[in-house]
Amino acid sequence: MKRFRFNQQEIVFAVFALLFLVFSIFLNGFLTTENMLTLLQNVAVLGILGLAMAIVVIGRGIDISLIAALAVPPGLVLQMVQNGHSLPFSLLIALLLTIAFGLVNGWLIAYAEVPSLFATLATGLLLAGLGQAVLFQLDVVQWSRGMDGFERLGQGTIFGIPTSIVMFAIACIVVAFLLRQTRWGAYIYAIGDNPYAARVTGIPSRPIIVLQYVIAALIGCFAGLVMAASVNSMPTRVFNSTLIYDVILVVVLGGIGLSGGRGGVLNVIIGTLLIGTMLNGMTIMDISYAGQNLIKGVVLLLAVITDSFLNPRNEETAQQGDI
Amino acid sequence: MKTLGHPTRATLAALALAALTGPALAQQGLDEPFQKPFKDALAGKTVAYVPVAMNFDLTEGWYAGLKKELEPYGVKFVIRDANWNTNAGAQAVTSLISEKPAVMVVHNPDVQTYAKLLQRAENEGIFVIQINMGSAYRSSAFVGANWVEIGERQTEGVVKACEGKSNKIAIIQGALSAAASAYTLKGVENVLAKHPEIKVVSSQAADWDAAKAKAITQTVLKQNPDLCGIVGFWDGMDIGTAAAVKEAGLTGKVFLATSGGGERKGACELVKSGAFDLNMSYDVPTQAAQMAGTIKWLLSSGAKPGSIKGSEYTTLIPITKENADSQTACWNLSDLKK
Repeated sequence: MKRFRFNQQEIVFAVFALLFLVFSIFLNGFLTTENMLTLLQNVAVLGILGLAMAIVVIGRGIDISLIAALAVPPGLVLQMVQNGHSLPFSLLIALLLTIAFGLVNGWLIAYAEVPSLFATLATGLLLAGLGQAVLFQLDVVQWSRGMDGFERLGQGTIFGIPTSIVMFAIACIVVAFLLRQTRWGAYIYAIGDNPYAARVTGIPSRPIIVLQYVIAALIGCFAGLVMAASVNSMPTRVFNSTLIYDVILVVVLGGIGLSGGRGGVLNVIIGTLLIGTMLNGMTIMDISYAGQNLIKGVVLLLAVITDSFLNPRNEETAQQGDI
Repeated sequence: MKTLGHPTRATLAALALAALTGPALAQQGLDEPFQKPFKDALAGKTVAYVPVAMNFDLTEGWYAGLKKELEPYGVKFVIRDANWNTNAGAQAVTSLISEKPAVMVVHNPDVQTYAKLLQRAENEGIFVIQINMGSAYRSSAFVGANWVEIGERQTEGVVKACEGKSNKIAIIQGALSAAASAYTLKGVENVLAKHPEIKVVSSQAADWDAAKAKAITQTVLKQNPDLCGIVGFWDGMDIGTAAAVKEAGLTGKVFLATSGGGERKGACELVKSGAFDLNMSYDVPTQAAQMAGTIKWLLSSGAKPGSIKGSEYTTLIPITKENADSQTACWNLSDLKK
């Protein structure tokens, strides 16, 4: 007899639905179209980063250097334009830097066989250090005249929907297409599920791993451009923040197991929505910073504990690499 | 009356003597007795600088200003960048105490962490100058902004702009652990105590982060579209606050007051564009010059470190549309580095 079981994705969705319901009933001004759009807009960049992380995590890796890819190439665009280069040329250089960065990550992990956690931890520091020491004059790279028009990537609306949400939607569609409709996507799932079996089957696993990190870096850079456009500057110091934990949180909370091979774009969307709803509700209630952290921690703990009650792990279900 | 003749005669004699020896003196020059001891007191001395991090307008400005003032006198200027890491900063201060520079210029991350260390440094014979962010220990000199005053003047600006409007304001704080943020908040409270008609609809910490400030402001503006003013705690973060106001189409309707070091791109340009309505600047080059002056004075005074203590609070420059165009309201980092 098949027992009815919730998986983590459904639990998180239930928590999100409950939270949403409670806020809608008790919180004045929460359930309005405008506030919903604001809610989504505030987590759009986090969501885009979540997509990048999802691709890597599905392939049984992790990319700690994502925030460096978010901060440094877009920062370079702003800095170069400030120094008098043209916008297209600056974008091209940043694009090349991002691809090179992804290739280095991928090569270290796929060919040099350095564990992804350590490889990306080191390369992230390297890229951020390079930015701070060589590329940028100041931590916060300001918008300059030459960038005018480009802010539309993160500000304003398209058919009444804030642009950053549209960007998140576009990224979702592209990543979903990649993962579900292309052969490469299928390979990523195969490698994540069982890398040895994947290799034996004849899947070019090393090039596919490199591809994962290049795509992740590119999405990271895209998220950075949206962020810079949205706040009219690039605070490159974001690398030192806890943003990367939020990104991992979105992915894991959404139900993409760190053991790889499972999950998809939908999980990222659910994880992002939960974080977004919590942040928005607490801002409306004007809860103090410390209180917000407390509530965030409790909700996340609840989700994880419920999951481990409903889906207990043992030696058979646990996989190598499970955190 | 009788004695009047004597001084006159003496003066005449002196003049005659001066007429004889004068040309000779002019040829040899007159030695100013205090400049050599001053030069000796400075030459070869080490001044150590411990900012919370480099790479932002304030710390880069202080660095460039101090270097420009002190290096020509043969002062060795060393830097220990804590890079936003309080632990690393405390270690840097500790190791500097054993290296014994003549002066330490310290930018505290909070009130407590360095306090004991700075006291030890002065006991060991090192002058300690604290910048902008003081610690619980009062050292030879404090050079910096009066955060309470900044909070008060920003809030006064916002309260004035709110007259006859909704009287609803929002506060975007920095990081809760930072004393600069807590002191500024005190200033805000001081003014609000006098204006009970003002209603604070939101008072949240954005961690000095522009993206977080934008997210908070967006939500607050959706809930309170009739908001009349925002008190922000740092211009580097309030770029995000301003972006949210602009996106809501409320530029000019919501009065945004902030503060910062007065660097042209971060302050005057943004006031001119209408992003900020008031930016209280603690003019970094002036602070750097005051610090350099204090170092020169302390080293040449022969005073024992810790024996004299004083403060130099920075005279604030309120940057508004009226003076944002002037050459003197703001400064350029590139000029300071020349």
